[in-house]
Amino acid sequence: METQSKFSYYPGCSVEGMNKAYDKSARVVCDALKVDLAELNDWNCCGASAYMSIRELRAHLISARNLALAEKERKDLVVVCPACLNTLTKTNHYMAENPQLKKTIGTALKAADLQYFGSVKVRHLLEVIVNDVGENEIKARIKNSLKDLKVAPYYGCQLTRPFGEVDDPEFPTMLDNLLTWIGAKPVNYPLKAKCCGGMLMMTKEDVGLSLTKNLLECAKENGAECIATICPLCHMNLECYQDNVNKHFGTDYHIPVLYFTQLIGLAFGFSRKSLGIDDELTPSKPLLEKHLEVIR
Amino acid sequence: MTDTFLEDIYSIPGGEKIKECIQCGTCSASCPTSYAMDYTPREVIAALRAGLLDRVLKTNTIWLCASCYYCTVRCPSGVKLTDVMYELKRLAVEFGYAEKRAKAPVVSKLFVDLVDKNGRIDEVSLVSKFMLKTNPFGFFGMMPRAWKLFRRGRMPLKPHRIEGIEELKKCASTIEVTGLHAAARKTVEA
Repeated sequence: METQSKFSYYPGCSVEGMNKAYDKSARVVCDALKVDLAELNDWNCCGASAYMSIRELRAHLISARNLALAEKERKDLVVVCPACLNTLTKTNHYMAENPQLKKTIGTALKAADLQYFGSVKVRHLLEVIVNDVGENEIKARIKNSLKDLKVAPYYGCQLTRPFGEVDDPEFPTMLDNLLTWIGAKPVNYPLKAKCCGGMLMMTKEDVGLSLTKNLLECAKENGAECIATICPLCHMNLECYQDNVNKHFGTDYHIPVLYFTQLIGLAFGFSRKSLGIDDELTPSKPLLEKHLEVIR
Repeated sequence: MTDTFLEDIYSIPGGEKIKECIQCGTCSASCPTSYAMDYTPREVIAALRAGLLDRVLKTNTIWLCASCYYCTVRCPSGVKLTDVMYELKRLAVEFGYAEKRAKAPVVSKLFVDLVDKNGRIDEVSLVSKFMLKTNPFGFFGMMPRAWKLFRRGRMPLKPHRIEGIEELKKCASTIEVTGLHAAARKTVEA
């Protein structure tokens, strides 16, 4: 089959470390769907919210370096982390809207023989898979039905806010649709676009735990057997801090948390290991054994 | 004092919208962390317009903003409150107003240092430096989870340094550390 689309791929720092299963499963699924992801050479950290909290202009500079590198490749930039999406898109918008900022960043980039004209579009992989690949291509590759696995579709904040370019900022639906295409059953999940607390889990633990607990509680109340995520930080909070939530609130949640790419990969018949599903702290194996025809 | 600070807020794209705040409280009602804040987001805007910048900079409010952007998308007057919060964070850190108990400025500064040094963040360095600075005893409490993650290959111990780091430093050196908003800094200094 012809290659469908070519992109530069920006993995982001967090999928190089604790969340490398996201990167791994994204690459496997894109390979199967003929989405050509070529990792952006020598990309740097986008800066996330932390850099922006200390230094504004330099935050835009480090973000713009990535955009300049991507522009050289003449391809759009695909990210898997919504915080990277937000940060890079923000710099893109602000440079376009503020001539003074554009000039300052342009002068700085020259010191590295780089320039940025503003032509790169930054896109989240979920949106690329839903909009560019689409329902038919995905359904055609299903080998291992998820047999109505009940999933809470969790979007978090920064996929759609503040820009709202790809889906409704308050009530997005693209992940819900994708889940039905792969044979899962998205449950009603009113908190789907609420905040998990993000970095507050480190800096203000009681608040972070409380926000994450709300998400787990809502998933359970609505009958979800697992939660699908699209963000490494949300994933980390929901999966790795589930024990802490239980300790802090005296609850007893054991809800597996899977990246949307891992769920697609399972439906396509890839092994758990190849999708990084063997390294989690909240095990999903018992659930998957119940639902998948073949478990590898 | 507030006048010049507000001039700076206006220089954020769409920042002049702060003039149009109608104090409806949609931001506070939408904010997932307002329940734990000294001043709610609505009160922050009221205080800024009343000239109480120094009080705002001392609140825990700015460090509880998790950048969820609910206030920004819901504000009927189009105030980009999340971006205003970023400017307040920068001012608070730069001029030493940051609340002493707040850990968010600590992690943000460590984050900046790591990016400036390597061009990327490695979570192991970030989290361990942060814990040693803010809660050395908690460091041991974290060990069980850290060990579990390590055993599962989720804790790479060697930080990656980008090839273009020296060039990135050169670019950065052309830019003043402070942001676009020089006027606010002068007023806080005065």
